Amino acid sequence: MTELKPILASLGRHKLIASLLALLVALTCAIVCNVAFMIQRQEALMGLPSGVAEDRLVLIDSASLDRTANQLVRHQTDLAALRMIPGVESVAAVDALPFNGNNWTSSVQTSPDAQAYEVASLFNGTRGELGTLGLKLVAGRDFRADEYIPLDAAHGNDGVRHVASAIITKALAERLFPGQNPLGKSIYPYDNPIRVIGVVEHLLRPDVDAGADNGQSILFPLLPDTNSITYVLRTAPGERTRVMRQAAATLYRVDPDRVLRDPQTFVQLRADYFQREREMIGLLIASVVGLMFVTALGITGLANFWVLQRTRTIGIRRAVGATRADILRYFQTENFLIVTLGVVLGVTLAIGLNLLLMTHYALPRLPLWYLPVGAVTLWLLGQLAILAPAVRASRVPPVVATRSV
Amino acid sequence: MFAYYLDLALRSLKRNPVLTGLMVLAIGLGIGASMTMITVLHVMSGDPLPGRSAKLFVPMLDPRAPDSGQNARAGIMGTPDAFTWVDAVNLLREHRADRQAAMSAGSVAITPLDAGQHPFFAGGQYVTADFFPMFDVPFAAGNGWTDAQDQARARVVVLNAGLARKLFGDGEAVGRLVRLDNTEFRVIGVLRDWHPQPAFYAQHGARVFGGPDQFFMPLQTAMELQASFRGHFSCWGDGTESRTSDQCTWLQVWVELDNPLEVLAYGRYLDNYWRDQQAHGRFPRKDAPPRLYGLMAWLAHEHIIPDTLSMQLWLAVGFLAVCMLSVVALLLAKFLRRSGEISVRRAMGARRRDVFVQFGIESALIGTLGGLLGLAIAQLGLWSIRQRPDGYAHLAQMDVGMLVGTVALAIAASVLAGVLPAWRACLVAPALQLKTQ
Repeated sequence: MTELKPILASLGRHKLIASLLALLVALTCAIVCNVAFMIQRQEALMGLPSGVAEDRLVLIDSASLDRTANQLVRHQTDLAALRMIPGVESVAAVDALPFNGNNWTSSVQTSPDAQAYEVASLFNGTRGELGTLGLKLVAGRDFRADEYIPLDAAHGNDGVRHVASAIITKALAERLFPGQNPLGKSIYPYDNPIRVIGVVEHLLRPDVDAGADNGQSILFPLLPDTNSITYVLRTAPGERTRVMRQAAATLYRVDPDRVLRDPQTFVQLRADYFQREREMIGLLIASVVGLMFVTALGITGLANFWVLQRTRTIGIRRAVGATRADILRYFQTENFLIVTLGVVLGVTLAIGLNLLLMTHYALPRLPLWYLPVGAVTLWLLGQLAILAPAVRASRVPPVVATRSV
Repeated sequence: MFAYYLDLALRSLKRNPVLTGLMVLAIGLGIGASMTMITVLHVMSGDPLPGRSAKLFVPMLDPRAPDSGQNARAGIMGTPDAFTWVDAVNLLREHRADRQAAMSAGSVAITPLDAGQHPFFAGGQYVTADFFPMFDVPFAAGNGWTDAQDQARARVVVLNAGLARKLFGDGEAVGRLVRLDNTEFRVIGVLRDWHPQPAFYAQHGARVFGGPDQFFMPLQTAMELQASFRGHFSCWGDGTESRTSDQCTWLQVWVELDNPLEVLAYGRYLDNYWRDQQAHGRFPRKDAPPRLYGLMAWLAHEHIIPDTLSMQLWLAVGFLAVCMLSVVALLLAKFLRRSGEISVRRAMGARRRDVFVQFGIESALIGTLGGLLGLAIAQLGLWSIRQRPDGYAHLAQMDVGMLVGTVALAIAASVLAGVLPAWRACLVAPALQLKTQ
């Protein structure tokens, strides 16, 4: 501890440079903490589980041009043809899927005149949707064949006012009926009561955001009857590529008068959905690296200057008995003190910056554990940056003290 | 004197190329990152319709039911950004502005004339007659349709240059027939590749800075054919969720008002309309009176520039600040190391001002070099942004003004960074330094 005194005395004579360095460290600390938090949030969003068997699914969007035809019949014909493709285990026609953006949201109440409501996404599909998507039923049962009715898209999706049963996600069940068994209870997306007959483990909404209600979904036994539809094919392991190639050809053979969007795997759908987030993460990481690099640059540059400026002093210290390790430790301790000052300031700045981001960009509060991690990172960075100049200082021979210049 | 100082600066920079290189690199990185983001935001916040934008307005009514406010994670209501069919039709019929049009985005399947090719989708707008004169849409051939054709649900279409070329090559397109959604339409106009950025008239969303609308079809025709619409379709209450419901918003309405008096008059008209409808039991939100936004104000209201972009700008500015601090520290070190040289110059008669100017010029030189490097880095950054999938990506280009601005910013930043070190340097006392040497 006796070593601290001369260091403090020396720093006191270089207030300007020392405070510049501390300010540099503080700014970097504040920005890096907040950016790291943003990176973590983007990662969390990208890692959201969808609840479906992602590595087994192939999707193909089809839009029939013949609007006079009975679309329900057409979908059934298409499904039958797709089912015949070798490697296909099951098929379903659906409107919404996690990440496909086809987000039909509705408020849901537990009684027709309740004031409280939850917001959920509605999923409709043909029989076998649960099995094809690979949704895990944790309570109740799947829909029976006699429960399915048309969606009636031509009349403002009127089917939803006549449907009698629904399967909801566990997340929604816990919000609507906390601590109760949701089976047999009624939900009211509209005026008509709809009985909950099953609960699935998880099904992500077609559009996700950083909010907490991404898992609030409802499945209805409603048959999509619009001319544009998404077919989901569940394939045997390793068969996705071959099935994809055959699906388009099969559908064109059934009816050439349609528009097909390129078949894709669910994995591709997810990757495309998060492309922007992936790039944002790349950018954020690049900026963290850049910040640390420039900060290290500043620290090293100044340390070099100090070592050169003090060559004579170092020589004198060595001549009167200081070891190389003493000199090394002197510069390391000095750097530690400056960085500590910067970190203290930086932690305050980080919280301030986070408050600014919270008001202007609706970011949540920065978890406190980011601050010590940021502090340790900058201490390490400081020590790393000081190492080369400090080692050079420790190599100054004692004989320097005897030279006149 | 300037030439002499410049020569001194060059010598000094050459004496320690590593330190010089690091300083230039720090400025270059900071300037490059900032200018990349400033350029992107600059091109995105431009006026999409210079000369006409001051006359274009968006009326906005809030017809929704009052929010019960009982959702713990509220926020689905927000402010409305679209019209119901009923209100749009009323405003168009009452015709109180110089021009008015309603519109919605949609897509149609187009059957190529060449048999054997598969049909394909094209995105466009369903609009009413005034759309073309109001936005001064440039026609290469033919023209738009009339109010009468709107009412008659005419099967006519205006194609943008890209789609016309795709369908008809370089031949005459006006007067030809084209199959959209299995219905025959007559092409009555072809646009000169009209592509305002952003597509201010459309409902805002990911596509606002995207590719151009490929076709324009009468709105009523699209309604009759049940063409497919795109964009937010937001309903409330217990009515049917149909396009013609007065409880579903989805349409954009624009009006042209040529002078401030008309703007005032139109505002009054909207207020009257709102009260009149309230008398009929509509517009239950008494605390949400009608609004009238100018074009640029509307774009700001709609947050047309994604939040992530402005956040990236602030990040870049923070990065620049760190770079500048680093450069200040390095310059300080560099200048003070030359205390001996300074004191000799001072002892030989150089005034403080001379020393200050000399070091200022040295800083500016570093700034110029850093600016040039920053320019290169910004070009690299813009190139990488052009590879993004976002619609605005292709806009990321620097114009001459931004080029000059980049170098100017770099020099300004480095001179600023040099002020403190140069000031410290000129404080060096002549006698003391000579003595310690």
